[in-house]
Amino acid sequence: MTTTQIVLISLGVLIAVLTVVSVLGVLPSLRIVPDDTHFDFTRFRRISFPISALLSILAITLFFTHGLNFGIDFKGGTLMEVRAKSGSADLAQMRTTLGSLGLGEVQLQQFGGPADVLLRVAEQPGGDKAQQEAVDKVRGALGESVEYRRVEVVGPRVSGELLGWGMAGLMLAIGAILVYLWFRFEWQFALGAMIANVHDIVLTIGFMSISQVDFDLTSIAALLTILGYSLNDTVVIYDRIREMLRRYKKMPMPQLLNESINSTLSRSIITHFTVTLALLALLLFGGHAIHSFTAVMMFGVVLVGTYTSIFIAAPILIYLGVGEHREDAKDEAPPAKKSKA
Amino acid sequence: MLYFTRWKALGIILTALIVCLCAVPNFFPEAQVKTWPAWAQRRLVLGLDLQGGSSLQLEVDSNYVKKQRLEQIRGDAQKVLRDARIQFTGGVVVRNDAVETRIGKESDLQNALSKLRDLAQPIGGLMGSSGQRDLDVTDAGGGLVRLTIPEAATLDRLRKTIEQSIQIVEKRVNELGTVEPIIQRQGSDRILVQVPGLQDPTRLKEILGKTAKMEFRMVDPSVPPDQAQQGSLPPDTELLPAATPPPSNYVVKKQVLVAGGDLTNAQATFDQRTNEPVVSFTFNTSGARKFAQATQENVGVPFAIILDGKVISAPVIREPITGGQGQISGSFTVQSANDLAILLRAGALPAPLTVVEERTVGPGLGQDSIEKGELAAYVGSILVVVFMLVTYRLFGVFANIAVAINVAMIFGLLSLLSATLTLPGIAGIVLTVGIAVDSNVLIYERIREELRGGRSPISAIDAGFKRALATILDSNITTFIAAAVLFMIGTGPVRGFAVTLGIGIITTVFTAFTMTRLIVAWWVQWKRPKTVPI
Repeated sequence: MTTTQIVLISLGVLIAVLTVVSVLGVLPSLRIVPDDTHFDFTRFRRISFPISALLSILAITLFFTHGLNFGIDFKGGTLMEVRAKSGSADLAQMRTTLGSLGLGEVQLQQFGGPADVLLRVAEQPGGDKAQQEAVDKVRGALGESVEYRRVEVVGPRVSGELLGWGMAGLMLAIGAILVYLWFRFEWQFALGAMIANVHDIVLTIGFMSISQVDFDLTSIAALLTILGYSLNDTVVIYDRIREMLRRYKKMPMPQLLNESINSTLSRSIITHFTVTLALLALLLFGGHAIHSFTAVMMFGVVLVGTYTSIFIAAPILIYLGVGEHREDAKDEAPPAKKSKA
Repeated sequence: MLYFTRWKALGIILTALIVCLCAVPNFFPEAQVKTWPAWAQRRLVLGLDLQGGSSLQLEVDSNYVKKQRLEQIRGDAQKVLRDARIQFTGGVVVRNDAVETRIGKESDLQNALSKLRDLAQPIGGLMGSSGQRDLDVTDAGGGLVRLTIPEAATLDRLRKTIEQSIQIVEKRVNELGTVEPIIQRQGSDRILVQVPGLQDPTRLKEILGKTAKMEFRMVDPSVPPDQAQQGSLPPDTELLPAATPPPSNYVVKKQVLVAGGDLTNAQATFDQRTNEPVVSFTFNTSGARKFAQATQENVGVPFAIILDGKVISAPVIREPITGGQGQISGSFTVQSANDLAILLRAGALPAPLTVVEERTVGPGLGQDSIEKGELAAYVGSILVVVFMLVTYRLFGVFANIAVAINVAMIFGLLSLLSATLTLPGIAGIVLTVGIAVDSNVLIYERIREELRGGRSPISAIDAGFKRALATILDSNITTFIAAAVLFMIGTGPVRGFAVTLGIGIITTVFTAFTMTRLIVAWWVQWKRPKTVPI
């Protein structure tokens, strides 16, 4: 039996035991966030907004100075993953062999085990045909000494299109989500969500710039997923704000926002914890092929997304004038929690 | 919120059950599933990144298509004017995407215009309904006549070229003995070829990269090639290089005796005398007649067998060939003879194809990815399940049942749609497990809140569901929009991610609205709880 199987089986047994214990109701249930949490998020905006602005500027500066590490999807060129058929790969020798082919810069990188090498050939001048010739040359030079695990060649026209499509997709997604929020809520909410969105994307791009992970189609997928989940979170809080606005017509906005964020806080944290668990499993066991994909998502969904929804998306509504023109109707009884506090 | 009629409950369970059952064919070997009735055969398709294989994107040279058409118009126009005895100066030339000529006499102009307009054909052939014609003839003043191709005609021609090319590509790929290749049109000028299991696409690319325009033409023996190279080329001949080394040239007449279209069959065989690999071919009736006539007239003279502008061989005609059969020898290897036979059988491409994108995954990496994806999925799910149990106890059990049904339904729907599962797709499923419990968390946290607000257990549960469900719908729609956009822009593995993410959201909303509610409703009915252990 492999260690993996042992781990899986013992985890399975743990689940069985926990299930039985849970059904019997022996354990107390867990409160991740104490019931009477009352953090003043709205006031905290005086700290969180400058921090966010600073981080955003930093991210943008990084983007312009450090740049993104464009993958072949957007830059064109050739990417090969090869594994030496016997022993470990001799990078130095491969570098000499491939350097003499006249293909310009050939990047070699250890990838996973000692036998695995990731090989990048920059886009060749001379159109689509030139890329194909480059691959043939590399294959000819390395011959049968390696196993070709992955070969990707993207010609100049396709790479241009992919980049265009990727950017268009990102814009389209933001636009579509905005329209939806505008219909479902009021325009201020849509605008608040958009600012939060842009904040997410900017910070994630900053992260990609620092970590220099390949920026390719899967990064766009990661960005869109981050958008989706960050909004998911934002919408949950907005939903509550809207409900509170209807119910407590006279409660001052800062207090109302605080109540809304605090009462959904437990959910926000628990959900992010479960998503983190899932992403952690992907990051640790999912293999190299999706490593950068999950790393970016981990950063975006777990770190940025949660922070944005709580500290940016909700407090910013104050500046956007939500709830300023509420009718002077009588309030219902104040929330039970408040009286306890 | 907690009351279900018997029929509604039954409907929910049946729906979930049927969707889950759709996943069943995936657990049986493919050969066994093939013997089942057709409606039960639908199963997940593994993407090329998981099963290994090669994906090529080919582009039709649209400039070539346009240039060829202009050249054809030029020839036709010249012939029409000559036949009508209309004088023109400076020839008929192709200039700036148009064919131009200058009519000598002003009195001929109207006649020339109407004759040239007769060249235009309705777009889309006789069946075309647009009424538009594929050629515009305009009087540019000063006797200058300009023939241009309308945009619609260019597109129509490109569309036909793509359709023809796809047919030829299909034939060629199938001849290679590949298993279940996918050949699709992409956009206006691209063809996607996906061949599962193919490890080295070099040969595939070679075969698809050849136009395979085959021609039999006479060699002009009056001028030696060396002399011709220096510029003294006889009229209506051209200098063509040899296809195989050593480098040499042939002076070949421009007139085509027989073209590749007249071939009915081609096979790679061995020459009986020399035992070399050769390609034997058969002409159709008209090809055989033309070839017989040409060989009768030219005994003792060499003729050239030309493929894509290169001379494969130039044998001397020893005797008239009247049987309509022949063989090509040209220092072939077994494989190159085979490839040529394939190309000749499949026919020529109407325009050259270029590989603009290639993605190949070897079987080793595919298998690794499957194993890693599976492991990550198990570990991720188990972690989430354990966390839910610890946090919500009995209600955690409910949530876990709902998540299990949810995942089974994702696989069911994916199979029903015969969707492609990719490695990012597996990541999408793992992520869905993480996010699927969110709907339960939302409901449970709301119930806790309502309980704190002083409601009775049943009323709190009821209110918790009622208020949380609206939020669940809103929040999931935003993620669904992102997934939909991703599906539209993505290809291959990324699209696989969008599919599982999107389907995961649908099943998540379904289970939150039905299964979770049903389970809790049953528990309430059965227990009549005084307190809620949440």
